[in-house]
Amino acid sequence: MTGAPTFEGSTGTWEVVIGLEIHAQVTSQSKLFSGAATGFGAEPNTQVSLVDAAMPGMLPVINEYCVEQAVRTGLGLKAQINLRSVFDRKNYFYPDLPQGYQISQFSDPIVGEGTIYLDMPDGSQRAIGIERLHLEQDAGKSLHDQSPTQTYVDLNRSGVALMEIVSKPDLRSAEEAGLYVRKVRTILRYLGTCDGNMDQGSMRCDVNVSVRHPGDELGTRAEVKNINSVRFVHQAIEFETRRQIEEIEGGGTVALETRRFDPKDGVTHPMRSKEEAHDYRYFPDPDLLPLVFTQGFVNTIKDSLPELPDEKKARFESEYGISAANAGVLVAERAKGDFFEALVASASDKSGKPASEIGQDCANILISDLFGILNKQGLSIDQSPIDHRSLAGLQALKLDGTISGRIAKEVFVEMLESGKQAEDIVEEQGLRQVSDTGEIDSIIDKIIADSPKQLAGYKAGKENLFGYFVGQVMKATGGKANPQVVNELLKKKL
Amino acid sequence: MADLTDLTLAEARDGVRSGTFSATELTQAHIDAVEGARGLNAFITETPERALAMAADSDARVAANDPRPMEGVPIAIKDLFCTDGVRTTAGSHILENFTPPYESSVTQNIWDAGGVLLGKTNLDEFAMGSSNENSFFGPVENPWRAADDGQSRVPGGSSGGSAAAVAANIAPGAIGTDTGGSIRQPAAFTGIVGMKPTYGRCSRWGTVAFASSLDQAGPMTRTVQDAAILLESMAGFDAKDSTSVDIAAPKFEAALTGEVKGLKIGIPDEYRLDGMPSEIEALWTQGAEWLRDAGAEIVPVSLPMTQYALPAYYIVAPAEASSNLARYDGIRYGLREDAEDLTDLYETTRASGFGGEVQRRILIGTYALSAGYYDAYYLKAQKVRTRIAEDFRQAFETVDVLLTPTAPSEAFVAGSKSDDPIAMYLNDVFTVPGSMAGLPGISVPAGNAANGLPLGLQILAKPFDEQTLFRAAHVLEMAAGVTARPTQWWKEAGA
Repeated sequence: MTGAPTFEGSTGTWEVVIGLEIHAQVTSQSKLFSGAATGFGAEPNTQVSLVDAAMPGMLPVINEYCVEQAVRTGLGLKAQINLRSVFDRKNYFYPDLPQGYQISQFSDPIVGEGTIYLDMPDGSQRAIGIERLHLEQDAGKSLHDQSPTQTYVDLNRSGVALMEIVSKPDLRSAEEAGLYVRKVRTILRYLGTCDGNMDQGSMRCDVNVSVRHPGDELGTRAEVKNINSVRFVHQAIEFETRRQIEEIEGGGTVALETRRFDPKDGVTHPMRSKEEAHDYRYFPDPDLLPLVFTQGFVNTIKDSLPELPDEKKARFESEYGISAANAGVLVAERAKGDFFEALVASASDKSGKPASEIGQDCANILISDLFGILNKQGLSIDQSPIDHRSLAGLQALKLDGTISGRIAKEVFVEMLESGKQAEDIVEEQGLRQVSDTGEIDSIIDKIIADSPKQLAGYKAGKENLFGYFVGQVMKATGGKANPQVVNELLKKKL
Repeated sequence: MADLTDLTLAEARDGVRSGTFSATELTQAHIDAVEGARGLNAFITETPERALAMAADSDARVAANDPRPMEGVPIAIKDLFCTDGVRTTAGSHILENFTPPYESSVTQNIWDAGGVLLGKTNLDEFAMGSSNENSFFGPVENPWRAADDGQSRVPGGSSGGSAAAVAANIAPGAIGTDTGGSIRQPAAFTGIVGMKPTYGRCSRWGTVAFASSLDQAGPMTRTVQDAAILLESMAGFDAKDSTSVDIAAPKFEAALTGEVKGLKIGIPDEYRLDGMPSEIEALWTQGAEWLRDAGAEIVPVSLPMTQYALPAYYIVAPAEASSNLARYDGIRYGLREDAEDLTDLYETTRASGFGGEVQRRILIGTYALSAGYYDAYYLKAQKVRTRIAEDFRQAFETVDVLLTPTAPSEAFVAGSKSDDPIAMYLNDVFTVPGSMAGLPGISVPAGNAANGLPLGLQILAKPFDEQTLFRAAHVLEMAAGVTARPTQWWKEAGA
């Protein structure tokens, strides 16, 4: 491994070692062990079954769809699927944990080791190990802000299915951790197994951070719990890195402890030390049989997997001849990739040019024009005011030389504003590119005649004055002259 | 007309069905018996109004010529089964005022078969106990008293209220739960039939959990035939219980052929305990002879892991209980004591809500699951459990059923073991091994001790072979021909 960022301290060079636990809410209609609904934002305690409230005598029954989703995710993470896994009880008391235990998987998780590939900004790739993925129930929510003297409990989340995805301690910077979280989220969204909406709590992270001098044994880690945005993951890691290095270099030691991140000031605070840590008394849940399924069940899910981002990226590069960086941007969201492919197909249709030839140009308009607009307006690609067919119309006009690239940009803006088709805008405003050499010839002649000074200067060797003449021609033609034709003719005449 | 409370469950069923008497008459007779026997403290909650309403429904069905299998038969329900709209306490202060808005699967099955809810019976708190002295609602009296001392005897536990109700002819049938012997031991102590089905035969949904991997509902009746009838109405697959087994419940009553010719009866050598009362040993031998005389073959077998069953049980059951009872935290339902803060709320609520024995088992179980002790206790106990099941599996390669005593003594004097938990736990020594292996077992009244108190013999069978279990038990019951009934001293006491 090369290029791991390091930090200079007073006692030498440090590196940070990071492992992430991502809690991803399984996309499903009902909870992991009960039939209650899982919708976000419902009135408190309206999505609670007798099982979720842990009424006496209630028993959990596994939701097969959630199992399927976990297997699908495991396959997406290129991980080992365990045909037999076990649900354990993790025992602790808290008011939002009705059973007094969380049903989780401890020693025998449903998914074992896997790998995730990160595309680094320098174009290289990093493989990050996945330790495991297990299924578990979410707890309810304690509401401390409803009354000055009392805590309220909302059990809507109680029993919702979570996948805990545990990475190996392979990450070496806040940036890598951010890329990792984004990549996991992309894969989950491709698979449709988690919506990845961190702001709604569908995806949360616990970050384990330690520092060491490169080559040393792993340092003592602190675990920062429950971080709900990529930006906060960054901040928490950066803060922890500094804090731990300062702690050690100041003669202290890093405590093995759980910490909480405060988004207000970007600082982590201790929650409880390991001495006060719960003894969770894990043991196999006697209400549930071991979770056993066949390889055939796994294969059926495997056959239904969509093309995943890594494969799609490779295909985009080879099939459309686009750069790796652009391919990476396009596959980051499944819908963006779909839009791109639809655009290329449609533009290829209209222009009669092969996809491999026009792919890069289509990627360019998306990445440098459309995505920026969408971002500014806070829209998703599905909400794009221009659909792929309209955009293909614009691309075709550009590709067949009807309009120039500069005019195309104007037409694009006009399309956004008016909602009109590119063909109509070009027609109405007479924006067709002038490639007629005769017409351009006479314009050039007039400009040369009107610009004796510049002509003299150019002849005397001021070659940059060539740009002046091009500019004048374009100005005279309202930007419609075909720049290639202008260049050729100008060169001849000057 | 003879007293309707003297009828067996089968006779009561047949009488309602044939119109000899109405379900309402039958039910009223039992309601009167419940009221006349309050001195036994067998019931925590009586439900006469609901009983009469259900009986009226039964009478309408009989009139419409559409009776269900157990139409109009009053059944007493251990107060561990949740009953919709009827208080369900588990014998605990912490659930003293808890009324569930749902019905347990087993009781629902009984009502669907035409049964009538007579009331909720007393029990050891959360089914933890062998004497029914651990109930928040006070101890249950055994209807039987020894001829020599006349002292109060315990009815056994934890299904002591159900046992006493059936033994005292307050109910023709009752249901209990058996985790380590909680149906069979009280049945033996009160001279009735108590049957624990194979683990997974009856749904656990809606039954307050003690030890999930062991808890099983079962019938308590005065005859083997009655037990078969009642189990038939209780059993069946339930998708709401993941440990419920998806096989159809056979017609258990039809299994009673009165015939055991060629059946191989195993006598496990390891059940011959030092210091076991000689009358129990003699009865055991007698039981084997009765079955041999009926044509069965007696085969000595060895179950070498037997001695480890009780210690392993007292790890596994408390471990599960410590987790199962965590939900009684004062937050959502049940008792909540005033408190300063959250920790104080948990501590005061659970300290006052749970009785001494429940607290003891929660502590044992918490300890056994703790970091650093898990492997030595819980994991080891699970390994023992596997070996015990393997012992039985091997024995059942050569025999069809096993015959053992049910309990190591007759019903003991109330209070005599309250200060000695180990002595109390030893009551389960013959019932626990079968529980650990999930086997079906039944206690059959087989005789009486010299002091007149009833004694029972236990039959164990292969998993899901309740039919053979009932068949052998039926023959044993006929051969024993026990006719003694307790004198109804409580009637004078209540009057």
